[in-house]
Amino acid sequence: MDALINFGGTILNMLTDVLPIAAILIGFQVLVLRRPILHPARVFVGLVFVLLGLALFLEGLELALFPLGRLMAEQLTTPSFILGEGADVITSFTWTDYVWVYVFAAAIGFATTVAEPALIAVSIKANQVSGGTITVNGLRFAVAIGVAFGVALGTFRIVTGTPLHWYIIAGYVIVIIQTSKAPRAIIPLAYDSGGVTTSTVTVPLVAALGLGLAETIPGRSALLDGFGLIAFASLFPMISVMAYAQISEWRTKRTRKTDSDNSS
Amino acid sequence: MKQLVIQFLKSLRQSFQDLLPIILVITFFQLVVLRQPVPQLGEILAGGLMVLVGLSLFVQGLQMALFPLGEEMAYSFVRKGNLWLLLLFAFTLGFGTTVAEPALIAIADEAAQIAATGGVIADVEEARQSYATGLRLVVALAVGFALLVGVIRILKGWPVQYLIIGGYIAVVIMTGFAPKEIIGIAYDSGGVTTSTVTVPLVAALGIGLANSIRGRDPLIDGFGLIAFASLTPMIFVMAYGMFF
Repeated sequence: MDALINFGGTILNMLTDVLPIAAILIGFQVLVLRRPILHPARVFVGLVFVLLGLALFLEGLELALFPLGRLMAEQLTTPSFILGEGADVITSFTWTDYVWVYVFAAAIGFATTVAEPALIAVSIKANQVSGGTITVNGLRFAVAIGVAFGVALGTFRIVTGTPLHWYIIAGYVIVIIQTSKAPRAIIPLAYDSGGVTTSTVTVPLVAALGLGLAETIPGRSALLDGFGLIAFASLFPMISVMAYAQISEWRTKRTRKTDSDNSS
Repeated sequence: MKQLVIQFLKSLRQSFQDLLPIILVITFFQLVVLRQPVPQLGEILAGGLMVLVGLSLFVQGLQMALFPLGEEMAYSFVRKGNLWLLLLFAFTLGFGTTVAEPALIAIADEAAQIAATGGVIADVEEARQSYATGLRLVVALAVGFALLVGVIRILKGWPVQYLIIGGYIAVVIMTGFAPKEIIGIAYDSGGVTTSTVTVPLVAALGIGLANSIRGRDPLIDGFGLIAFASLTPMIFVMAYGMFF
């Protein structure tokens, strides 16, 4: 019964999320453009699918993944796990004590990104538009590797307490250098992938990990250090997607070169 | 109908593959690293099934409604040929979808709490409320502005990197001047603005525009709108922190 009430609440939440969008679309289409919507029945059924699908998706995550993920983030950062049985507070530590945290951050960053619905949407579009050169899974794995690296580095930053902006600025410098070298066609997509990675699945788990770390490590403030992980998760996919394009371009060039060497 | 069912079954299998990494990671850490039994297995299985069906439905609905709607709107605006209406639409879409975004509301409330604790605003309910609302409006304005600029960019065919890198340089410079408490929030606000419903719609709009204007390449010119929408909130939020 509770689950049903919860589900009703989620649907209601989704409705407040989708209604403004529907109102804007229909308002412009009917009042401003004065054009009927093509295949209205199909579009309506599709919108219901989107709404129902997202509600089920979020409710399922809330039931299965989020409690367990938050619990794990908590357990992995407790003093007794980090320093062994009997430790209640963390007094002295080195960054190597937190190896499992980095591994968990990378693994959960990768796994949640692969399941991120918005990224699936962009990958489908990129695949269609590129005529199949960019594969749906290739793009998603490239983005997921970026998020994995970003979140792991972000937890490392919280553990060591180094300033957030140095990492972000260094990341931007890499992005700028890569932009001048990478194939032109990948750049807009790479920039976009930074924004789509962090929505429904990734943010709650990653935020829980950041807050768990910031609360248990002495000298970190949950308010100042807990934030910022999401910024890491949106910066590094740009780098990894451009790197993915650069590597595939380099490999095509190399095979072409050996081919022409062989033929001459 | 039969076709729809087959499509749905295919989509279910794909969704299962999408969710497999999460299942593996959670199981590994729970059983091998933490050495704990999996609690409430029944609930987890039920939740997992809901996630699976939900993701499949969403992907199906995406192809049926969100993609065609976004592209159809783009074609109609180009045929109509009224630039101002298109820009108005872009701004409204960005503003309207962001201002009600649940993730943004959560982060704005948290930010107000931080500002109150840091003594930037008075620690009373009223001041926090108005700070949080202000922040939400600023982020929504930023996203509306981003889509507006992004659409102009597609029409003109400007390369995306000059605008985005210019924006990043602005972010870096502003980081030096913005109050310390706002920086983390500003950086994070760029990530939370683009919701799961907005992203496919905006992507389809950009690609539709690039497709219907001669001389524009959908891959080079069509993408990039989302990047603008994640960049401008950082700038706007830091400015908000500096001036209020």
